[in-house]
Amino acid sequence: MAAPMLEIRNLQVRGGGKDILRGIDLTVNAGEVHAIMGPNGSGKSTLARILSGHPDYELVGGEVLYQSRSLTDMDPDARAREGVFMAFQYPVEIPGVNNAYFLKAALNAQRKHRGEPEVDAMEFMALVRERAKLLSLDETLLNRPVNEGFSGGEKKRNEIFQMTVLEPTLAILDETDSGLDIDALKIVASGVNAMRSPARAFIVITHYQRLLDYIVPDYVHVLQGGRIVQSGDKDLALRLEEQGYGWLETEPAGAR
Amino acid sequence: MSRAVEERAPRPPAGSADQAIAGYVAEFDRFDQAATARQPAWLSGARRAAMARFRELGFPTTRQEAWRFTSVAPIAREAGVRAGRDGAASDEARDLLRRVSLAGVPAVVLLDGRFAPELSSLAGLPPGVVVSDLMSALGSHREPIERHLTHVADATHQPFVALNTAFLDGGVLVVIPARTTLSSPLQLIMVTTGAAGRAGQMTVSHPRVLLVAGERGEGQLVETYVGPDDRPYFTNAVTEVVLDAGAILDHYKLLREGSQAAHLGSMYVEAARSSTFSSHSLALGGQLVRNDVVATLGGEGAECTLNGLYLAGGTALIDNHTTIDHAQPHCPSHEVYKGILWDRARAVFNGKIIVRPDAQKTDAKQTNKALLLSDQAQINTKPELEIFANDVKCTHGAAIGQLDEDALFYLRTRGLTLADARAMLIQAFAGDIIQRVKLPTLRAELERTLQARLLEGAS
Repeated sequence: MAAPMLEIRNLQVRGGGKDILRGIDLTVNAGEVHAIMGPNGSGKSTLARILSGHPDYELVGGEVLYQSRSLTDMDPDARAREGVFMAFQYPVEIPGVNNAYFLKAALNAQRKHRGEPEVDAMEFMALVRERAKLLSLDETLLNRPVNEGFSGGEKKRNEIFQMTVLEPTLAILDETDSGLDIDALKIVASGVNAMRSPARAFIVITHYQRLLDYIVPDYVHVLQGGRIVQSGDKDLALRLEEQGYGWLETEPAGAR
Repeated sequence: MSRAVEERAPRPPAGSADQAIAGYVAEFDRFDQAATARQPAWLSGARRAAMARFRELGFPTTRQEAWRFTSVAPIAREAGVRAGRDGAASDEARDLLRRVSLAGVPAVVLLDGRFAPELSSLAGLPPGVVVSDLMSALGSHREPIERHLTHVADATHQPFVALNTAFLDGGVLVVIPARTTLSSPLQLIMVTTGAAGRAGQMTVSHPRVLLVAGERGEGQLVETYVGPDDRPYFTNAVTEVVLDAGAILDHYKLLREGSQAAHLGSMYVEAARSSTFSSHSLALGGQLVRNDVVATLGGEGAECTLNGLYLAGGTALIDNHTTIDHAQPHCPSHEVYKGILWDRARAVFNGKIIVRPDAQKTDAKQTNKALLLSDQAQINTKPELEIFANDVKCTHGAAIGQLDEDALFYLRTRGLTLADARAMLIQAFAGDIIQRVKLPTLRAELERTLQARLLEGAS
């Protein structure tokens, strides 16, 4: 059997002077979709950020292996070029940087790293038009500065749009559903589902079960107090939706 | 004090400003007689008055408010030697020219402050347009020269204008007649080669430009300064601009001076009723740079736009002093200056806006932003608003910052290296000034230069 795509072992992370992740173990294989759920402050977003290389978090213990290499030893841009993508919970606005120009530079940086020829302007425009259509993203947004003046929903769709263009191997979606109405949620989910493949894996971080009606996960993990306290299949998400997170505190963590 | 000392002729110590002034005085005395023989009396008179004024004013010191953050010590140790007396265009001059010249655009070239016809190409200018050596035009175009030359720039208070005026013996006259539009932009390229200096000695040139646009005349002017990197020199430039009613001038000052150069330049503008003056100050090179822009909106409805972009690394200092004088009602002015500094570079921005008692309905907006790419880069910035009318709108804002860490991280998570992400954000910062440049060839040239300079130090 092939080595797992991502192996998180006893991961402990500090940020802002506090212990946030207190020993996480998680294995993600190619082709799988893992949902991470949990109450506010449980460490969900910290997990996403440490995987993407955010400088504000400190690795205290444990390790993260991506394709059998230490992920935490790589710079954020090296991770991206190796196929890791993060869809931000709060995408940053970058005045003066054209959305399409930036994405073309990013795509070509990744292609160059893989030894593939750079895409020219024509090929690139054909690609982004097709992917923008998939996400019902207004084409005029391509020629605006990155995220500047975008609505909350447009920013989230722009994240998933970038993902469909960059075609990562491992995608981490940090609360992509927050702030989306049901129509936008369906569009985003269909964009993600179109990307699902045996060679690709997703980690979907969400507060609500609703997203998982549309992106059906193979595994659901509950993060609480910086630890995974429960793992199961998609039915676990439904139980959380009905009963909240309170019952988990009294039951021992289940075996995966 | 002993008698022997009293009797000794006063000699200023070597390396002092007094010695430098004495050097310029001696040089002036040598130059004046020959110049007087070929110049009309009024001009010689103006030169002598300017020299007298320079002696009185001396070099500015940091005790003077307008020079508080800008020491001119590097050029006040000794008088510069007037450059380029042999007159022939060297290979170096041709190389420098090639580096900055915009292809296919008519060009007037000044070599060390003197008109160089063999390097100039003036084909394609509309009939009636005058582009000439200032001194040869004294006979043929006496009226605009006598009326405006030395009357627009302030040689009374500004010592470097006085010094330039004292040595007035060349330069360029541009006249755009009434109701005439320049079909193509015009380049004025000031090349310094500093050929006359003995080894290690600073050379000086005093380029002078007079541009007069008649009623509803229209044109685009690119004033470019370039020189060698391997030796110190001093460019002391003065440009006078007179716009008659309804005239439109788009002015670009492209500074590509060498890395040891001092450039002290002033542009004085008189804008009559309903005229439109736009200035783009693009300062991309030089070790000690001072740019003064003084625009007087002297007629109702005159409009003024000042855009600026400056880059400085190493230990360079760049000082932009602008003055917009709203003397008449209904005059809008817009000013945006942006700077990018790295290493131990320093910058000064001083934006003065005067609104005279008659200048009701003035609408003045000033913005100045600086991006500091290192901890040791530094800027001193000051808006200076003097408002004497009551029904006016004046706003100003300054922002000084570093690259946005969140934006850098975001770009990196998409695969851009740190260096590429930084370059992208820096270009975004400069982008809106570059986009205001209306000449595509100049815009492309700017983008190239920006990239090259950033590679050299900022990334």
